[in-house]
Amino acid sequence: MAKKLMKGTEAIGEAAVQAGCRLFFGYPITPQNEIPEYMSARLPQVGGTFVQAESEVAASNMIYGAAGAGERVLTSSSSPGISLMMEALSYIAGAELPVVVVNIMRAGPGLGGILPAQGDYFQATKGGGHGDYRCIVLAPWSVQEAADLVQDAFDLADYYRNPVLILGDGLIGQMMEPVEFSAQRVPCKPLPPKTWASTGWKGDRPRAIINSLFLDPEELERHNQKLAAKYATITRDEVRFAEVGTDQPYQVLVVAYGSVARVVSTALEDLRAAGCAAALVRPITLFPFPYGAVRRAAERARAVLVAELSTGQMVEDVRLAVEGKVPVHFIGRQGGMLLTPEDIVAKVRELAAAEVSHA
Amino acid sequence: MPEAVVFSKPTALTEVATHYCPGCTHGVIHRLVAEVLDELELTQRTVGIAPVGCAVLAYNYFATDFHEASHGRAPAVATGIKRARPDLIVFSYQGDGDLASIGMSEIVHCANRGEKVTVIFVNNAIYGMTGGQMAPTTMPGQMATTCPFGRDVEQAGYPIRIAELISTLRTPAFVARASVHSPLHAVHAKEMIRRAFRYQKEGTCFSLVEVLSTCPTNWGVPPVEALAWLEQHMLPYYPLGVFKTPHGEDRAPRPLGGGA
Repeated sequence: MAKKLMKGTEAIGEAAVQAGCRLFFGYPITPQNEIPEYMSARLPQVGGTFVQAESEVAASNMIYGAAGAGERVLTSSSSPGISLMMEALSYIAGAELPVVVVNIMRAGPGLGGILPAQGDYFQATKGGGHGDYRCIVLAPWSVQEAADLVQDAFDLADYYRNPVLILGDGLIGQMMEPVEFSAQRVPCKPLPPKTWASTGWKGDRPRAIINSLFLDPEELERHNQKLAAKYATITRDEVRFAEVGTDQPYQVLVVAYGSVARVVSTALEDLRAAGCAAALVRPITLFPFPYGAVRRAAERARAVLVAELSTGQMVEDVRLAVEGKVPVHFIGRQGGMLLTPEDIVAKVRELAAAEVSHA
Repeated sequence: MPEAVVFSKPTALTEVATHYCPGCTHGVIHRLVAEVLDELELTQRTVGIAPVGCAVLAYNYFATDFHEASHGRAPAVATGIKRARPDLIVFSYQGDGDLASIGMSEIVHCANRGEKVTVIFVNNAIYGMTGGQMAPTTMPGQMATTCPFGRDVEQAGYPIRIAELISTLRTPAFVARASVHSPLHAVHAKEMIRRAFRYQKEGTCFSLVEVLSTCPTNWGVPPVEALAWLEQHMLPYYPLGVFKTPHGEDRAPRPLGGGA
C-alpha cells in the first residue's frame, strides 16, 4: 500500500482495522476523540461495530465481554478515562483476555489538563488496577510506529491472552506523518484458535467460564503463579527498544520514550555537532522494560539522564537497571509543558562537564 | 403401563449442588431460566453473565458458557458479547445491589440502546452475599445491618422500582415484574421469562424481568414466613405484570390471579 499522510489517532484506528479488529467500544475524552470518531465511520465499512458507551467503566466492560466471546476488540481513552477502566483491566488480566487499550496520555493528576504528558507510566507498567497483574505496554515515537505497534498489540494480546496498552501522548495522537500499511502483514506471533472463548457450549469442549474469581486460596495462588510465569515469559521474549548513537563513544546516555525520545534524538544531533557525545536508549516496551539494554548502555557512559514529561516515573526503572553503577539524573516537564531539544542539550552538557571535572 | 419420564432436570442446569441458603428462591429462578432455555432450544448457544452478589457462582449451575462480571457491569459485558456475536443468546442474572445500585448506569444505558439481551433481575430487597446490608430496594422500615432501625426514607429515600424505571425509556423493550413466592406466581414468572427470551431469540428487543425473591437468612425469618413477608410487604409496593412491550400494548401493570 502507498504511504498516506495520517494523524496519529487515525492511524491507530486504521491499524486496528488492518489487524482484523471489528469492534470498538469507547467514550469521548480529549485528546483522543479522533480514534472513536474514525472508528464510528470506518467500522461499518468493514462489517464491524462501533458502540459509544455511557462511560469508560462501561466501555472497558464491553471489551471484556467481546474479548471473552473470542473477537478482537479495541478501546481508547486518555488518562482520567483510563483510570476508570482500571477495574475492568484487572478483571481482563485476571480472566486472561486479549484486548488492546490505547491511552493517549494527558497531564494529571485529577482532571489535570488536555495537553501531552507521560504521568501514567506507573499506572500502565506496574499493574494499575487492583491485584497482581501486568499489561504489556508499547510506546510509539512516531505515527508509523504507532500503526505498527497497534497491529502487533493484537497479536501479542491474542498470543499471551493478556491486555496490551498502547501508551502514547497528545503529540503522537495529533501529529500528522506518512504511514504505510503492509498489504501482506504477517502476525508477529503464532495465533492459536481461541478454544477458550464463550461461543455457546455444545458439549464438545470444556465449558467456557470467563472469570477471575477463585474462592479457594490454593487455586488462586496457582492462578497467580501461572500469571507470574506468563509475565516472566513476556519479560524474556518481548523486550523491544531502540538505540541512537550507541555505536560510537559517548559520555552521557539519555533514556526517553515516546514523543520525548523524538526531542532527544534532535538534541543528540546538535550535541554531536558541538562535540559533546551522547546516546539514546529508547524503550519501546515499557513492560517488559529493557533493563538489560539500559544497563549495558549505561555502563559505557559517565552519566545517565532520564527525560520524561512527568516528575520522574520511568527514572525508577532506569535506576533499577543501572544498579548504582553510574549516576542517574532526571529532567522533566509537567502539566502539558514540553521538553525542548535545547533543554536536553543544556542538561547533557552540564552533566558531561560535571562528570569530566569529577574524573 | 410403560414407564415414562414426565419430569427431569433441565439440561441447562449442571449437576452441581448450589450454595444458596435454605429457603432462598434463587434456585427456583435458576430453574425457570433453565427450563425456558431448554424449551426454546437456546441452551447450546447461550452465554450467561453472573453478577457480584449471591449469584456470583451462577456459572457453576448453568450448563452454558458464562462470564463473571465485575459488580454492576453485567449489562456492559452483555453488550460486548452480543455485539461481538449477535448469533449468541446473552443473558445477565443480577441482584438488586448489583443492578439497582452500583450498576444503575449500565442497566439504564444497555436498555436504552436496545441491546438484544435478556436481564433477569432478582429483587430480594437486601444485600445477601455481604451479609444483609440495605439495598436500593429495601422496603421502608425494613431492618438491615446498615439500617438497624429500619430504612429511613428521609435519609435513604424510597425503594427504587426498576421495572417501572426502565419502562419509561422510549426504546422498544419487554419489561415485566414477576414473583416466585407461590407456585402460581412461579408459573407466571416462567411465562415472563419465556417471553423475554423469545423476544431475544427473534432479535426483537432488550428484555428485563424483575423477579421478587426471598432472603430468609438476611431477613431473619424462616423460609415460609419469608414467602408471606414478600407477599405482604413487597407485592403492594412492587406490582406484578408487564410494564412495557416492544409493540406498546400491556403498558399498565395488571395484577396476577384476578385480585386487586
